[in-house]
Amino acid sequence: MNETIRFTLNNTPITITVDRERPLLWVIRHDLALTGTKYGCGQGLCGSCTVLVDGTAVRSCQATVGEVADSEVLTIEGLAAGNDLHPVQQSFVEHDALQCGYCTPGMILQAASLLNRNPTPGRAEIIDTMENNLCRCGAHNRIVRAIEAAAEKLNGGG
Amino acid sequence: MIERLDISTQTVSISRRDFLKLSATGLIVFFTTGDLALFTGEVDSAPLPSDFNAFLRIGEKGMVQCFTGKIEMGQGVVTSLAQMLADELDVAFEQIEMVLGDTDLCPYDRGTYGSLTTRSFGPALRQAGAEARAVLLELAAKHLDTAVADLVAERGEIFIRQRPQRRVSYQELTEGTRIEHYVSGTVQPKSPGEFKVMNRARLRSDALEKVTGEAEYAADIRLPDMLCARILRPPAHGATLRTLDTSGAESIPGVRVVHDGELVAVLHEKWDMADIALQRIRATFDEPEPHVDTDSIFAHLLEVAPSPSTLAAGGNLAQGERQSQSVVESTYHDGYVAHAPMEPHTATVHYDGDSATVWPSSQTPFPARDEAARTLGLPAEKVRVISPYLGGGFGGKTRNLQVQEAARLAKLTGKPVQVAWSREDEFFHDSFRPAAVIQIRSGLDKNRYLNFWDYHVYFAGDRGAEQFYDIAHHRTSSHGGIWGVSSGIHPFAVGAWRAPANNTNTFARESQIDIMAAQAGTDPLDFRQSHLQNRSLKGVLTAAAKRFGWKAAPAPSGLGRGIACGVDAGTWVATVAEVEVDKTSGTVRVTRVVCAQDMGLCVNPEGAAIQMEGCITMGLGYALSEEIRFSGGTIHDNNFDTYEIPRFSWLPKIETVIVDNVDSPPQGGGEPAIITMGGAIANAIFDACGARCYRLPMTPTRVKAALAVSG
Ligand code: FES
Ligand code: FES
Repeated sequence: MNETIRFTLNNTPITITVDRERPLLWVIRHDLALTGTKYGCGQGLCGSCTVLVDGTAVRSCQATVGEVADSEVLTIEGLAAGNDLHPVQQSFVEHDALQCGYCTPGMILQAASLLNRNPTPGRAEIIDTMENNLCRCGAHNRIVRAIEAAAEKLNGGG
Repeated sequence: MIERLDISTQTVSISRRDFLKLSATGLIVFFTTGDLALFTGEVDSAPLPSDFNAFLRIGEKGMVQCFTGKIEMGQGVVTSLAQMLADELDVAFEQIEMVLGDTDLCPYDRGTYGSLTTRSFGPALRQAGAEARAVLLELAAKHLDTAVADLVAERGEIFIRQRPQRRVSYQELTEGTRIEHYVSGTVQPKSPGEFKVMNRARLRSDALEKVTGEAEYAADIRLPDMLCARILRPPAHGATLRTLDTSGAESIPGVRVVHDGELVAVLHEKWDMADIALQRIRATFDEPEPHVDTDSIFAHLLEVAPSPSTLAAGGNLAQGERQSQSVVESTYHDGYVAHAPMEPHTATVHYDGDSATVWPSSQTPFPARDEAARTLGLPAEKVRVISPYLGGGFGGKTRNLQVQEAARLAKLTGKPVQVAWSREDEFFHDSFRPAAVIQIRSGLDKNRYLNFWDYHVYFAGDRGAEQFYDIAHHRTSSHGGIWGVSSGIHPFAVGAWRAPANNTNTFARESQIDIMAAQAGTDPLDFRQSHLQNRSLKGVLTAAAKRFGWKAAPAPSGLGRGIACGVDAGTWVATVAEVEVDKTSGTVRVTRVVCAQDMGLCVNPEGAAIQMEGCITMGLGYALSEEIRFSGGTIHDNNFDTYEIPRFSWLPKIETVIVDNVDSPPQGGGEPAIITMGGAIANAIFDACGARCYRLPMTPTRVKAALAVSG
């Protein structure tokens, strides 16, 4: 049943009329026309669909749109501040931490969520946090290095 | 004005349509690609195209456009092809615009697979670039009233060496003129010493789009009135629909149900709503009795194998066997493996009754166009395929089944249709790497030198089967390949999987070589080197061993390191893997991988290193965990919960070495490094604990079983 749901999407407050039980992923991709958030498995197993809800990584294929009412949702399209890439995005570019790029939005938001929570993660914590984000192209080691470098930059180093 | 400066003697058969599309002015260079015959029989056996295969255009705002039917699926050709062209033409990398996989703009190409882009398309592109530059120099000489020898080309401009202020840009030279040039092969491309862009590390040029979510993949296409389709899949391959009740689906507002022959689909503007509708369909199926399963498949394959063809032979097998002190007979098994790209197969089709546009996730845009045309009953030139970025391919996105589905539904509904497979669809309709059996009998003579090798491969395919060791009496026989095998052999579709056939063949060969080295009581690296003549192969073995810090010792040494080597797509590769084996659980952890590769001229060392890392990572999967479990046509693995692909915590330290070989033509780089992973890890497991695994993947259960046998 359709109802009105308000939340903040990429720093802009929005109101949509939608069935609150629909998966956030598909509301983002269809109703909100933002396609940077990817479908990979539909079961919470791959992380391609990761978005930030109030700064924390969430699998949007497993969340309903009703669950994000009154929250702040950030998708890959909203991560950069204008033309300035987020340090994690910048770092992915600099480290060639992607190949086909399909897992990339989810990887970047998962990493951004980690750095929100802990700006100085060790390698083990990075690997642990990224563990359930899958990449078939095998960009893993570069992704870890990119996250380490982004953390350094965020902390005034590098 | 059309000015023909040079027409080669080769027959030119570019369709009129291509010329019409090229109405723009500028310098247009046509060329054919190189040895496409390399690929005959691998994906299809259609005759090779005789027309010119790609072209580049210099014009408009100093930009150079390169049109190619190749696609970008992560392998980085969007960068490496542009590097080649930039160097040959003396323009800045940034001046190159790659137009990939658009069937209306790019002449025919069979597809992006087989690591052919760099080694086959690459030399042709460089030649075209070099000839375009020569034409520009001639034009500039006329324009500046001087001799070509006095001119210098740099960043899209040509000037007189002694008077650099006298200059003219490529744009000025070609503006308002239409100049056609056919590659003649008379101009020399640059020598490595002249490279400024090639053979230098360069970051991916598509990265910015990909980190911001702007990069468009097939499922990101949105058209007015477009419907998303979900298709009813049978529970097993070979099952047929018995009863169908779609009323539950029809009761959802906005849902359309299509039932046409064996096709049952539900469509809705939104994918998730179509998905709910699909779940409300009640259907029963007649399923055939399963005849084979994950374990019985190997005996079945031996039973149904056709008579062999001999791929290579030398000496006299019987004599070799007689002279052998001991003969080792081994059987190796390899299961079905999924491609599992993160992006499932997708296609969007817009059909207006007499023409169509298709946006597929496909490694083969032109065959995709032909499939769509056939399905829609249109001539091929009425269908345009536009290739978005691919979210991984690995050989799996060559069949275009989803294109046929979307085309059919677009025709039936009269609306633009997007078919985006679910992950479960993907695991059901993937064309898996075939299960295979390899039997090897080999022997050592009294000097502990290999002198007998009888190799039989069943259904893996031939690539990588022929061995390169110095063995006096040898034969390599192939009993059925990947393509063209009769039905009833595999319970579902099989096809090319990154370095088709070569992973299985290299695993078996390199395991057997290690067994023979152990029999001889010789260090596995020394044993290989003493049986090799090929300098490139010896070179990569040495390079990998050196970087690893290999210390000679016969296996099992307890060090837990293994080596394997091979050749794929013209590239020589050697890999050392280091493992830890938990003897209680049988779990294998790969701690370090060193891989050395000789790929001739390496166009983009950074890109090549990334491809090697990708191969090594993907190789961990087929070596340790990946296997499709099934009974008959029922696939038991249908998502990433049970089908385990490599994750962050699995990653070893990876070191790649690219052996400098700039004077040789470039070879493939997207596949070779994966072929050695099975063998290197198997040999490392043996070296660690004396357990020999003959079946991939080497799961904890199988490693434990092997440990029990080894005592
Ligand atoms: S699509 Fe949501 S986790 Fe895979
Ligand atoms: S870059 Fe292709 S899946 Fe990660």
